[in-house]
Amino acid sequence: MTGESDHIVTESAARIFADLAEPQTINRVDDSTWKAPFWQALADAGLPLAWVPEQLSGAGATLADGFAVLGVAGRFAVAVPLAETLLAGWLLTRAGVPAPNGPMTIAPSRPSDRIIFDADGTLSGSVIGIPFASEAQHIAVLAHGHEGLVVALVAATDCTVSEGQNVAGDPLNIVRFQRVKPVRHGRAPVGLDHAELMSMGSVSRSVQIAGALESILSLSVSYANERVAFERAIGKFQAVQHNLARLAGEAAAALAVSGSAANTITRSDSFDEAAFVEGASAKIRCAEAATEGARIAHQVFGAIGFTNEHVLHRFTLRALAWRDDFGNESYWANELGRHVAKRGAEEFWPMVASR
Amino acid sequence: MSTNLQFDQIRLPSECDALRQEVRTFLAEEIAKGTFDPYRPGHGDSHDRAFSKRIGARGWIGMTWPKKYGGHERSFLERYVVTEEFRVANAPVRSHFVADRQSGPILLKYALERVKENILPRICRGELCFIIGMSEPGSGSDLFAAKTKAKKSDKGWRINGSKIWTSNANIADYMIGLFRTSPPTPENRRHGLTQFLVDMKTPGIKVNPIYQMSGQQDFNEVVFDGAFVPDDYVLGEIDGAWKQATSELAYERSGPERFLETFYLMLELIRAIGPQPDTRSAEGLGRLVAQLHTLRRMSVSVAGMLQAGKEPVVEAAIVKDLGTIWEQNLPNRVRELTAFLSPEIANRVTLEEQLAFATTIAPKLTIQGGTTEILRGIIARGLGLR
Repeated sequence: MTGESDHIVTESAARIFADLAEPQTINRVDDSTWKAPFWQALADAGLPLAWVPEQLSGAGATLADGFAVLGVAGRFAVAVPLAETLLAGWLLTRAGVPAPNGPMTIAPSRPSDRIIFDADGTLSGSVIGIPFASEAQHIAVLAHGHEGLVVALVAATDCTVSEGQNVAGDPLNIVRFQRVKPVRHGRAPVGLDHAELMSMGSVSRSVQIAGALESILSLSVSYANERVAFERAIGKFQAVQHNLARLAGEAAAALAVSGSAANTITRSDSFDEAAFVEGASAKIRCAEAATEGARIAHQVFGAIGFTNEHVLHRFTLRALAWRDDFGNESYWANELGRHVAKRGAEEFWPMVASR
Repeated sequence: MSTNLQFDQIRLPSECDALRQEVRTFLAEEIAKGTFDPYRPGHGDSHDRAFSKRIGARGWIGMTWPKKYGGHERSFLERYVVTEEFRVANAPVRSHFVADRQSGPILLKYALERVKENILPRICRGELCFIIGMSEPGSGSDLFAAKTKAKKSDKGWRINGSKIWTSNANIADYMIGLFRTSPPTPENRRHGLTQFLVDMKTPGIKVNPIYQMSGQQDFNEVVFDGAFVPDDYVLGEIDGAWKQATSELAYERSGPERFLETFYLMLELIRAIGPQPDTRSAEGLGRLVAQLHTLRRMSVSVAGMLQAGKEPVVEAAIVKDLGTIWEQNLPNRVRELTAFLSPEIANRVTLEEQLAFATTIAPKLTIQGGTTEILRGIIARGLGLR
């Protein structure tokens, strides 16, 4: 994931984020006027449809490039549906369904939720925890039909979208499909299923969490070097240094495992056992890192980090919120544990060593 | 000094697959002939000279060293595969492991040509056991407080004092020791220590066993009473040992042995909960699997970055910090996750034996080779806090 092309892509993404969605600036303004110009710049750079090939009017970037952009988005705690639109574009593309412009999201986003594609060509069902549904123009849906799975593109206005938000204040909605006719749809390709969608979403969230933790670490270290207490920078106190070393460990673990999972998906042609194990591990370990990393960072910052005025919560609360999308760590741990148990002790080390 | 952490996505190259199969076949044969019992870590001797020689004959010691010293000029990633397969099998590698991991690389870098020609090929053949002479009764993590003296004499040095917690001194052929050759200076308290190669058969060296709480005995006190070390055995700069702690430390810190020490409990846990575990067991196992996979991917990444000539000092320290805490906590996690299982499970005896053993060795895992506190200091320095 450190090839030439993702450097260019991530640099241009970082420039847009820094210019138009700099966390400190956004945190100071009390409205969402920054969102429209920011989204426009992202769209002009082809980032939201990075995973849509050029023949379907996307940017045709590689999976690796897209994950690299999500890492940068995590570092900026970007609060627009960039990851969701990337994922929607990816899902639509898998079924050859052309992607529209504008912000999208993806459904379902919870492992136990299902949407039904009826014989009359309409969608029914109710799904919870859909990120940014209230800001999306379209929803890319994976639905269960009589003849197998279907990928459908739905106008958000055709659905009932409830008000709601995650702990970071970003939209998180219940979406009801009541005999909704898709704008277009296509049959899901062989191999694409609910589990793969959850996994792809989880790896994306893991990459975002790792990015957020990188920023959390950097902010915390800077603060510890500046803030003086007892006549010393607090970063000179061993207790604080050890806390920050632990935070670095959590950020490192998240970076390594999310990078590994993204790299695995990037390199494989199909959603195989390796992708499952890597994706599940990434979500479990990154969620654990978010929990521990956010806790340590807030401890380092003390009261100021707990204020609305301070930028820290933009990162910590998003990292915490992202744990829950596309299966939380408990869900994936149960799945992974069952998988390993079923394969048995003799198969375990060969599986670990094959990664 | 930076908070930028880097973990390149390193996958073991394909030549490692064939090597891994060779090692597994070798280990299966050794287990079949009764050389060691993979289910009973800590039982029997953890060192076995004859076994080490067979490993040497396979070309699996000194794998990365130049051929002219008996090495095999293979990659660090190939060495990584061999190390992890031996570790996971609980194979008794004590008698050659230290020489292979750190003593040999130090000799390669700092020893005289004739010393290298004499000693390195014997390490590669699995004939020599090396030990590390660092800690002293008054100097543990604080290496630079070492007091054991090396005093210049005709054609060599006379050593007086003692080293302690010296693992394997009772079976060792050579020590690489850190001795005081000058007092520290006011400007640099690290000044004045020199690394020496010491032949353990030298008159004036006495090894006293120290029994550990785990029932093992590999700790020792090594007492020097005027033991003579020839000039040839000075390693590197006199008084300048502090400059010599280089990237080898990253290898020492980030290898698979830094998180696989209690790995056998993962296998016993999987056997205990069976193919259809309840939610509690499955979730508990799944988290451990994810944590282990993460550690291994980090460790492989560091090995690959070192192979590529990078210096991931902070990343290596992080691998050891996270890895040793993980392997230390594993016995208790497995104990908790098996608490409600039927007493009738088939591997009950093995599991309990392993838990008892792992519980007694767990405290040392975050102490040996650099304590958690020292590691976090290194990480903090790398982050720019010191």
